[in-house]
Amino acid sequence: MVRFSGVGLRYPAPGGDGAVREALRGIGFTLPEGSFHWLLGPSGAGKTSLLRLMQLALRPTEGEIELFGKRVGRLRRAALPRLRRRIGVVHQDFRLLAHLSAFDNVALPLRIAGRTEAALRADVAEILRWVGLADRSEALPAGLSGGEQQRVAIARAVIIRPALLVADEPTGNLDAEQAARVIALLREMHRLGSTVVVASHAMKLVEAYPAPALRLDSGRLVAHG
Amino acid sequence: MAEPARLPRLRRARGRDPLGLRRVMADRLLPLLVAAMALLAALALAGAEGAAALAARWQQGAASAVTLQLPAGTPPAGVEAALAALRDLPEVAEARLLDRARLAALLNPWLGEAAPEVPLPVVIEIALHGLPAAPETLAARLEAAAPGATVEAHGVWVARLVALARSLQAVGFATLALVAALAAAVVAVAVRAGIAARRDAIAVLHELGATDGDIAHRFAARAGWLTGLGALLGTAAALPVLALLADLAAPLLGGDSGGWRGDGVARLRAGLAALPWAALVALPALGAALGWTSAQVTVRLWLRRLP
Ligand SMILES: Nc1ncnc2c1ncn2[C@@H]1O[C@H](COP(=O)(O)OP(=O)(O)OP(=O)(O)O)[C@@H](O)[C@H]1O
Ligand SMILES: [Mg+2]
Repeated sequence: MVRFSGVGLRYPAPGGDGAVREALRGIGFTLPEGSFHWLLGPSGAGKTSLLRLMQLALRPTEGEIELFGKRVGRLRRAALPRLRRRIGVVHQDFRLLAHLSAFDNVALPLRIAGRTEAALRADVAEILRWVGLADRSEALPAGLSGGEQQRVAIARAVIIRPALLVADEPTGNLDAEQAARVIALLREMHRLGSTVVVASHAMKLVEAYPAPALRLDSGRLVAHG
Repeated sequence: MAEPARLPRLRRARGRDPLGLRRVMADRLLPLLVAAMALLAALALAGAEGAAALAARWQQGAASAVTLQLPAGTPPAGVEAALAALRDLPEVAEARLLDRARLAALLNPWLGEAAPEVPLPVVIEIALHGLPAAPETLAARLEAAAPGATVEAHGVWVARLVALARSLQAVGFATLALVAALAAAVVAVAVRAGIAARRDAIAVLHELGATDGDIAHRFAARAGWLTGLGALLGTAAALPVLALLADLAAPLLGGDSGGWRGDGVARLRAGLAALPWAALVALPALGAALGWTSAQVTVRLWLRRLP
């Protein structure tokens, strides 16, 4: 399902003087289809960078990434949107579109996939009910609490029934009860068949839901399993 | 109770504009700028069309730049001598005797069927290598070469007018091209501003699997609509001016001016009838196409920086 081999990522340094900052080096692992993995590591270890590679928002500077049985590096750029539509992403900072209602934010992936208005309404309503926001569907993100925004972001990520679901510290700003609820939603997606990767700092939660883990430190994979 | 009925429509409108382009590419400045440019374009276009019509009409007059008349009854030897002398002049490309049949045909409207009995003058058509700088001196030289002849050099002036009209036509088309380039650049700037304002939303759409075509289409639809609207307004604003100009030009083109007998409304009507409607109607459509294309290119080039 997901295979990294010898993956490295270098960012250009902020100075722009040709210097680079190495965020990931020599990363290699395989995530079987239908698995659930935690992605752990201290701040700055490279968790976000790794997830952004996995969701095809970045290209590695070295190594090979294989997704859904395809070597991404060999694909034409025009072939990537099709793959991205099979990946659900939950960002730490939600990344909701501020001028769209909760309903429209959640409907966005379906509209991008070309679904008609009539065909998407029921699905969006159902997912909003699933995340407990049925009565907030017309609210703009600014009018929602952090936990509610996070659940809208999750609804947007899962509405396409993604084959791969990646979540970057999805419980970062939430209290314990909200966090447990979010993790339960992600586990539910796993139960429904998605391959799930969740980056997290919250060791209490990780201990509450034991699962295999990828452990990063200073851009290196230090443990797997 | 109005709420539930209104909300779905609002939602659909917003949902179709996930980048919020209605806000960042607003419907004031861009259409106004484009309207001003379309006005210029309409003037340039009508000018070019008018100049072309004038040139085409005058062309016939310019074909025989110079004619030379020998008195009726000049003996054939004298005619031959005059032809030879004329052909020896450096600026003369060709000197040709107008044959009696054609001359008779030309004079028929004035002389009627009696033509053959009237003694006809001998007419020599002269084609020149180029337009002479001073037609008067040329006429004098031609008269000197063929003693007793009278020279008619109106054609030289007509040829100059034709050249002038052709130049005006070229200037009109060059102006049109310049205005089009300017409009494309203005659209590109507006689209770039829109991209800058919606950078994050574009990144989200991109990561959700939107193709470059999807995103470019949203900008292009908006830009095409705004430039089409602007071009329509600008062209409409140009119409009264163009109608009056067309009315003034009508007599020169062999048409009828409403102005010599009618009031302002009649002039306007006569002028409107004479406008190059096909080109003017095409202008807003071309404007929309230009805006659409410029936006497509701008957005697609920008999106290449995303993976
Ligand atoms: N856009 C960027 N440009 C330059 N350097 C970056 C960029 N993004 C991340 N980095 C650097 O790459 C390294 C890894 O960052 P990353 O965000 O992947 O870490 P992280 O494990 O997600 O950290 P956190 O737990 O704080 O979110 C850090 O040293 C960071 O400074
Ligand atoms: Mg991070």
